[in-house]
Amino acid sequence: MRVKTFPGGVHPPECKLTSHQPIEEAPLPERVIILLQQHTGAPNEPLVKKGDRVFTGTLIGKSEEFISAPVFSSITGKVVEVGNFPHPVLGRGLGVMIERDGEEEMDPSLKPLGESERENPQALLQCIREKGIVGLGGAAFPTAVKLSPPSNKPIDTLILNGCECEPYLTADERLMVERGEEIIEGAKIIRKILNVQKVYIAIEENKPEAIQSMQRCIEKEEGMEVAILKTKYPEGGEKQLIQALLKREVPSGGLPLDIGVVVQNVGTCLAIYEAIYKGKPLYERVITVTGEVNKPKNLRVRIGTLFKDLIDFCGGLKEGINQVIMGGPMMGIAQSTLEVPVIKGTTGILAIKNTWDSKEYPCIKCARCVDVCPVRILPTALVRIVKFKRWELLEEYHVLDCIECGACSYVCPSFIPIVQYIKVGKEVLRRKAR
Amino acid sequence: MREKVKLLIRTSPHIHSPITLSRLMYGVILALTPALLWGLYYFHLPALLLLLTCVSSTLITEALFRKVRGKEITLYDGSALLTGILLAMVLPPYLPLWMGALGGFIAISLGKEIFGGLGYNIFNPALVGRAFLSASFPVALTTWKVPLNHSWFSVDTVTQATPLATTLPKFGGGGSYPLYKLILGLHGGCMGETCGLALLVGGLILLIFRIIDYRIPLSCLLTVLVFSTIFYLREDNFPSPLFHLFSGGLLLGAFFMATDPVTSPVTKKGRWIFGAGMGFLIVCIRLWGGYPEGVMYSILIMNAFTPLINRLTLPLPLGGKK
Repeated sequence: MRVKTFPGGVHPPECKLTSHQPIEEAPLPERVIILLQQHTGAPNEPLVKKGDRVFTGTLIGKSEEFISAPVFSSITGKVVEVGNFPHPVLGRGLGVMIERDGEEEMDPSLKPLGESERENPQALLQCIREKGIVGLGGAAFPTAVKLSPPSNKPIDTLILNGCECEPYLTADERLMVERGEEIIEGAKIIRKILNVQKVYIAIEENKPEAIQSMQRCIEKEEGMEVAILKTKYPEGGEKQLIQALLKREVPSGGLPLDIGVVVQNVGTCLAIYEAIYKGKPLYERVITVTGEVNKPKNLRVRIGTLFKDLIDFCGGLKEGINQVIMGGPMMGIAQSTLEVPVIKGTTGILAIKNTWDSKEYPCIKCARCVDVCPVRILPTALVRIVKFKRWELLEEYHVLDCIECGACSYVCPSFIPIVQYIKVGKEVLRRKAR
Repeated sequence: MREKVKLLIRTSPHIHSPITLSRLMYGVILALTPALLWGLYYFHLPALLLLLTCVSSTLITEALFRKVRGKEITLYDGSALLTGILLAMVLPPYLPLWMGALGGFIAISLGKEIFGGLGYNIFNPALVGRAFLSASFPVALTTWKVPLNHSWFSVDTVTQATPLATTLPKFGGGGSYPLYKLILGLHGGCMGETCGLALLVGGLILLIFRIIDYRIPLSCLLTVLVFSTIFYLREDNFPSPLFHLFSGGLLLGAFFMATDPVTSPVTKKGRWIFGAGMGFLIVCIRLWGGYPEGVMYSILIMNAFTPLINRLTLPLPLGGKK
């Protein structure tokens, strides 16, 4: 099969330390912090107060807004505090701290969707919404919203994103190897909701085991195809993936559904399957704890588990580690404390020893950033525009098209934090618009 | 209890490719070495002295300017060193040393630091130095000597016109010149430009190690070949495309000067245009201009157009509408 790809991008060392490590169950945490804002969209209101007893899977926060996703207790125990806690993305955020007591009990209200309702797209969508499913690839956009395209935008293609192009991370890879059939069941649910036929399962060529597994799973399925992509970053970026597979370009400022495509992460498909067939809300997920920890692992963890508990379970940090990142090394977020909890968008916990100083050298306009940019903008020009505050040029140079993948900063010989400058430019434009 | 870990907060990405500024500069210097060594071998001691003079001059000038401007002295990045080497390579090897020193001073001061230092200059610094010398000392800059005998320390020389000056029909030349002499570098000329083979090897090093992008040299050389072929076929006495390719400073210019990142376009389309414009100008100057060689002015002229080219070739972003 021909390997597909998009123009541009970079190929950092893959460092997939845990490709062959089966997913392990992390020990049940003694306490969890369920943050109320875990998704892209409106924040949730807490539904519990200090002293309340909650079960595993009990709804503890929701919002009436359309773009939102409820949150659930991930253990059985007592609410000990509703307050401000460290947040891996936002710094701090409102959350609910729960302490475990005794045996695990599932919330009695949790029921799978009835057989007849499983044929009804509206009921399926409602269930996905109520179970708090969000995109598990990292962006955490509410899945029910993504699966509700306006009626004037017909969808013809569903892409299951199993690229996992960030170095180190292997959670999706392991899911495809171990849970392929359930992922495909999830895809079939999405197919019903969107009424599409064509499904691609996109996997980078450095995951042969996952490719084989998924090919086996779709043998009897019609309209499904495993697509092999070149191992390159950011191959799994939504726009890049669509461009590589279908040669269609998502319009600047638009969404994949504008060109008839919906992309869903493979982990999300599994979560959808479990929500519909098992009635399970999104209170756990699979992440990779990797890098400079003593025993890197793929773990199924409860949402709300503190990073430090998981790092301890993986044998602790190695000597001299100075960075702990939520996510991969290219787009992950450096954490200032290990007391942060896992959220729905946590794809991994990565410990690294960072030795480069943050000194920035002059830009020599070598244009390496231009050559690797997957969205064809001129990062070098944007850096200058921001440095010299030529705000009027921001739009002409398409600052808003940047997907912040970091390929430019990765190759910059002058170590200029290009993405950071571009984010400043975007923020300036946003403020101007207000 | 666990020991406290100090965690570093910085923005993504958290890993970096092995490319650094100084690696790029030293990479170019490495790629220049074959041609440089040939120049030193063929032109003997005076060439070495000129090289040392130019390099010391650029390094000292850069250090002085940085100091006066209260900036950190960044000689280790290799850029001033590279400018010095390039300057020496585009000067006649028997040039009085003080002229070389002056050229180095001008290259760094007027060519680079006055604009704000590395990354801000408009024109290729080494060529600014050469253009200044060429305007100030036209005779010295067109006096081409080659050593009379094989002793490295001998100062006996004979003056010899460059292949371009003897071959081009506008100077009464017959349009032909033994190609092997050009390829092997057995003729007079600037110190680093004579050996076509060594320059090609250097150019390949630049391309293989991805130090430069292929677009500028490729479009420049192709343009020269195509354009000169047309006149070679149409007119009597016009030199062959291969003569154009290997004579003068074309290979040195196309691989090492025009690809100076600071002074060439950042857009992909722009790089094609830059190279093609340069190639076109070179053939024009060579065939009809007042000078035998046009590489220097072609690059400087295209340098001036670079901001405009960038602006006009701004790419459409992914999914962008015209």
